[in-house]
Formats: sequence, C-alpha cells, structure tokens
Amino acid sequence: MPDLIGYILYAIVLTGGGYLLAAHMIRVYAGERNLLSPLLGPVERGFYSLAGIRPGASQGWRGYALAVLGFNLAGFGLLYAILRLQGLLPLNPDGIGAMSPDLAFNTAVSFVTNTNWQAYSGEAQLSYLAQMAGLTLQNFVSAATGMAVAVAVIRGFTGTKDSGLGNFWCDMTRSVLYVLLPLSVILGLILILQGVPQTLLGAAHVTTLEGADQVIARGPAASQVAIKQLGTNGGGFFGVNSAHPFENPTIVSNMFQTMAILLIPVSFCFLFGRMAKDGRQGWAIFAAMSAMFVLGLTVIYLGETGGNPLLGAGANMEGKELRFGAALSALWAEATTAASNGSVNAMHDSFMPLSGLVTLINMQIGEVIFGGVGAGFYGMLLYVVLAVFLAGLMVGRSPEYLGRKIEGREVTLAILAFLSMPLGILVGGAISATVPMALQSVQDAGPHGLSEILYGYSSAIGNNGSAFAGWGAAEPWQTTALGLAMLLGRYAIIVPMLAIAGSLIAKQQSPSTAGTFPTHGPLFVTLLIVTVVIFGALTFFPVLALGPIAEHTALIAGQGY
Amino acid sequence: MLTLLRPACAMLAAMLLLTGLAYPLAMTGIASVIAPRSATGSLIVRGDGEPVGSALIGQGFTQPAYLHPRPSAVDYNAAASGASNLGPTSSELRESVKARRDAWESENGGSAPIDAVTASASGLDPDISPQNARGQARRIAGARGVDPAQVLAIIDAHTQNPLLGIYGQPRVNVLMTNLALDAEFPARSAPME
Repeated sequence: MPDLIGYILYAIVLTGGGYLLAAHMIRVYAGERNLLSPLLGPVERGFYSLAGIRPGASQGWRGYALAVLGFNLAGFGLLYAILRLQGLLPLNPDGIGAMSPDLAFNTAVSFVTNTNWQAYSGEAQLSYLAQMAGLTLQNFVSAATGMAVAVAVIRGFTGTKDSGLGNFWCDMTRSVLYVLLPLSVILGLILILQGVPQTLLGAAHVTTLEGADQVIARGPAASQVAIKQLGTNGGGFFGVNSAHPFENPTIVSNMFQTMAILLIPVSFCFLFGRMAKDGRQGWAIFAAMSAMFVLGLTVIYLGETGGNPLLGAGANMEGKELRFGAALSALWAEATTAASNGSVNAMHDSFMPLSGLVTLINMQIGEVIFGGVGAGFYGMLLYVVLAVFLAGLMVGRSPEYLGRKIEGREVTLAILAFLSMPLGILVGGAISATVPMALQSVQDAGPHGLSEILYGYSSAIGNNGSAFAGWGAAEPWQTTALGLAMLLGRYAIIVPMLAIAGSLIAKQQSPSTAGTFPTHGPLFVTLLIVTVVIFGALTFFPVLALGPIAEHTALIAGQGY
Repeated sequence: MLTLLRPACAMLAAMLLLTGLAYPLAMTGIASVIAPRSATGSLIVRGDGEPVGSALIGQGFTQPAYLHPRPSAVDYNAAASGASNLGPTSSELRESVKARRDAWESENGGSAPIDAVTASASGLDPDISPQNARGQARRIAGARGVDPAQVLAIIDAHTQNPLLGIYGQPRVNVLMTNLALDAEFPARSAPME
C-alpha cells in the first residue's frame, strides 16, 4: 500500500511538472521571450552570430536533416579524439590512459546518438576532462538534437507551409539554453546537497576500520548525473550508474532522478497539444503512454517484490541496493526503459524473467512510452501514422490526422523507419547468437543467455543504453556491431520522420467534419495502444518466447542453469 | 556540405565551452562553497586526522565485533563498482546464496534475511536491513563482552526510516554503526581474529 501511494504521488508530481514545463517550452520554441530570456538571450544571439545563423530562416526537411547529421558528425569526431587523447590532456588526476579504438568508436557513437551505452567503466577508464568536455557536452547536445527533431516533426503535423519546419540550429540551441541547462543546474545542486561528489580531486585513499586500504573514486559527478537523467542519456559517471552510492546516495536523490527521466518526455505530450492548438490531442497520446506504463510497472513490481523462489523468501534483492529495495528499483526500471534513458539503479540482468520481458518490450516497441527526450514523441507519431492508416482501412475512408491526409508516402516512410528496429534487433541478435566470436560475450547459460543478447541489441537500436551487464559488451565484436546498431536506430528513424513532416506540412489542412475519425477519444487511445502491440510487440514475440518466457517457465519448474 | 561546416563547428565549440567546461566547473565551484564535505565524497575523519572511509560507501567487515555488510561482487573495491549480474535461474547464483546463508546462520544463529545473502547492485552498498543488523547483535555483543541490549540500542539509533513513510527501505548504515560501536565500547575496539 505505501508503494502504491508512492507511485501515485510520483505520477501526480511528474504530470504536473511536465504540464508546467510544456507551457515554458511552447514559448521557447516559438522564439518568444521567456522566463530566462533576460539572462540567456544575449548568449543565444552570440551563438547565432558566431555560427552565422539567421534565426528566422526555416529549413526544409532535407536542410534540417542535413544539419542534424552534420552537427552530430562533428560531435562524433570531437568526442572520439578526446577519448583517444585523454592520456595526454589535462584534468586527469588518476592518470588514465587512452581508450582503445574500438571502444572509443563505440563510446563516441553511443553518446552522440543519445544511447550512452557504457561498454567502459567510468571511474576506471575516463579522465575528468573526458567526462566533462567529452561526455557531458554530448549529453546536452544529443538530447537537444532529439528535442529539436521532435519539435520540427510536430511542426510538420501541426504547422503551416509558411511557418515551415523551423531551424535546427535555433531549436537545438534553445533546447540547451532554456530547458536542459537550467534544469540541470537545479537538479545538480539538489544532488550535491544530497551527497553526490562534485570535485576535481582525484580518488580518496582511506584505511578502513579493519585496516584495509580502500581507494574511493570520485570526481565531478553531480553535474553529469543531472543532465544524464534529464536528457534521457543515461551514461553514468560510475560503472554501476545510479546504483552507485555516490551517484545516487539517498531516497531524495533517487526520487528526483527518477522524476528527471520522464519530465521532458511527458512535457512533449502537452507541448504537442499546445502546438496543435487542441490540448485533447496531447492528452490522448499521454493517456496511451500512461496506460502502457502502468501495465509494465505492475508486472515488474509484482516480479521483484515477489522474489525469486529459487533463492528463498523475500524480495529479489540480488543486484539491488538496500536503500531503494524492490519497489523503487521497479519504478526506475520501467521508467528508464520506457524512456530511452538507460540509467539504472539496480541490475536488470538479475531481474526476474517477466520483469526482464517488460524492459525488453519497452525498448523493442521503439521506446515510445514517453520515450527519449523528443525521440519518444516522434517515435510515437510514427505509430500514430500507422494507427490512423489502420483506422482508415477499417472504416473505408481516407485516413486523416489533424486535418491532413495520411497517404502512401507517409505510410511508406513510417514503415521504413519502423523496420530499422526488427532489422537491428533480430538480424543483429541472430548473428550475435550464432557467430562463435560473438557468443563469447554471453555470461549466463540457458534461455537467460539469449535474453542477454536480445537486451544488448534492443538497447542499442532503441538508443537506450542500459544492459544485461553480465553480457560482455566490451568485446571488439560487440563494440563495433552495437555501434552500428546505435547509428541505425537513431538516424534511420530521424530522417524518415523528418521526411514525413516535410511531406505533411506541404498539404492543405481541411476542417474536420462529422465523418472524420476523432483522434482524441478513448477509441483512438485504444487503437493506438493496439497498433503499438501489433506492430511492435508481436514482431518480437517468437524470440521473446525463447528467452524470458522460456526462462520464466523454467523458473516455475524449479530448473536452474 | 561546406555551408554546414561553419555552423556545425562553431556551434559545437560554443556548446563545448558552455556545457562541457563552464557548466561542470561552475557547479564544482558552487559545490565547494555550499557543500564542501559532501562534494568531496562525504569522507569520515577520526580523531587522528586520517580518513577511515566515506559515509556513503560500504566497506568490508569480517571481524566478529563489527556489523557485517551485504555481500559484494567486487569485494568493496570503491575504484571499480560492480554487481554479479547473474540471472534469476543461474545455478552459480543459487549456490552462492546457499553458501552465504549457511555462513550467516552459523555465525549469528536464526535465519538469514534476504539482503544478507544477495550481492548489491554497486558492490558498495553502505546499508543493511534492520533485521540483518539486529540478527548480528548477539555475535557483536559476545565479541565485545557487552550486553546484546546495548548493541541493539546502537543499531536502533542508527536505523533510518523510509522517506515520508512511503519511499525506500528501513536501513542501517554499517560503517556509521560500527564507528558508534567503537566509540561506545572503546576498550574492546580492536578485537582479535
């Protein structure tokens, strides 16, 4: 019962916070004066003049997409260089050397695509400069890239030909200056007061009460933890991420961090409603996402509090921190895989099979249950296009959404974007499950081993970044294959979604009539959920039956591996 | 493509200065003023000026006079956090849980609570459950030659409750409790093997 009250309180605060943030964001993306303009307006204009950008100039979808790709490519180059050269650069008190080429490739792709997979262990393999100028920078700009693309896509669905899709450089800059940076400062200060380290001093050396030496890694963690939660990045300062007592020391820090995972994704639902000038459209998508969230959370909660019958009575505490227990670990696991965050406060590899199943499905449907900042929302719009198309087929009318016709081109592009997920997960996973060199990564025997492979590729394609961490993702085969999967999962969705936006904005908007299928009622919410289940979940059902579902039945039968 | 070069590089450089350097360094500066102790790792310094650990980071204890922490997959190495990551049907996990349960129960009597036999997520969990701590009281009291009720009183005084009564677990910080035990019973603070 206390757990249920806690969950409800979390949902209320989160929804309220997202609603308020959307009211701020609508001004930000319209380029209007907002709360922070007096302070940051000059900075914004300075950035534009430095980069030679005319803020009013809207780009076509191709121009927008090229700017995204060019900016991300430059970011990749810079991060790769920092990781390879960190041994020679300053701010390296613990004398950490260069990262290997394949690991640096994987890490650079991972942070540029907002995946933030940790094939490395932060405290052992990254200098403070690499953490700050390398990773923290990408935490901001990769999140801002996702938000900018989402705003452009929403403009495509709701805007007019004259206003256009907007300008990537402006949307990205405004996302950082007026949304991500101020929220990170606030969250960072809270975390510092809760005990998250923020120092340039090297590791502390202590002598324990029993006389042993203990080396305690620390560093400028709070500033990075704040943005990795808010930007659905998820790459931790320390190896075990927000399970580490320095990264997430208290219940207060845990609740703020769990809130931060979903705050911006939730606000995008309301931002959409405002931009469509019809709040009900945003609430409908919010309702569909919330329903799936509650369902997933319920399964994980029951599994983790119920415990593992093979290990004796009590909750499933293997791979969990005592202060969080099963309930807060379940909430985080649902939030971090619903969103493309990928930070963890407990080890998903040791979760019960059905909890693992839920986290897998959350990622495999494309992380559209709120999802990554921006990325979750444009991912959900992909399903909206498909849902509206299905509805049109069923009632025999030409499909429409927000007054615009959904035609062959949009549906083709949506399917093209959708196919990247099964392509990466099923083909990538199948290769990894058959090639002997790739199989060395598997830690656990039995069906759980297959789940580990599936989780790795689902997380990479979904740009999530969490892992069944027993799986050896640092092997050269996996660092390279997963790096390619992350690129596919990011850009093979961004480009088609921008193309859909470009195609829609050019169409005439027609007023809705009595015959228009309403896209804000319970019927549409249900249809949207069904579409996600049919397209997303059923694609992966056969392989899930061989992994987590087989493991669950083995567990009931008392079978270990 | 060349027209992209200037905005891409200029924006990246500007963002690097703002979010990659100014932001973390400013936060470090603020932290050193508003919370100098916690910003540097909440280190605990005893009378002689030497740090004995961090209030937030677990450390290994094996001597009978001390409260013992949860099992750690990395042996409390605070420079390389980690978990077992073993799956729920792993035989290896089942065997190590059985071995830990047997060890705990032969040391302390009674039945071992689940947190005493499972490895934490970080390998550095600073806390144990009140049941786990209270279950060890008799052994600690015996090793220190004091009344178990005195040890229980210290454990109870170091038990933290869930936030607002709804979030998190009741818990006992092992290092802080052990420091209190040493302070309360100084004469016997260095027990033999």
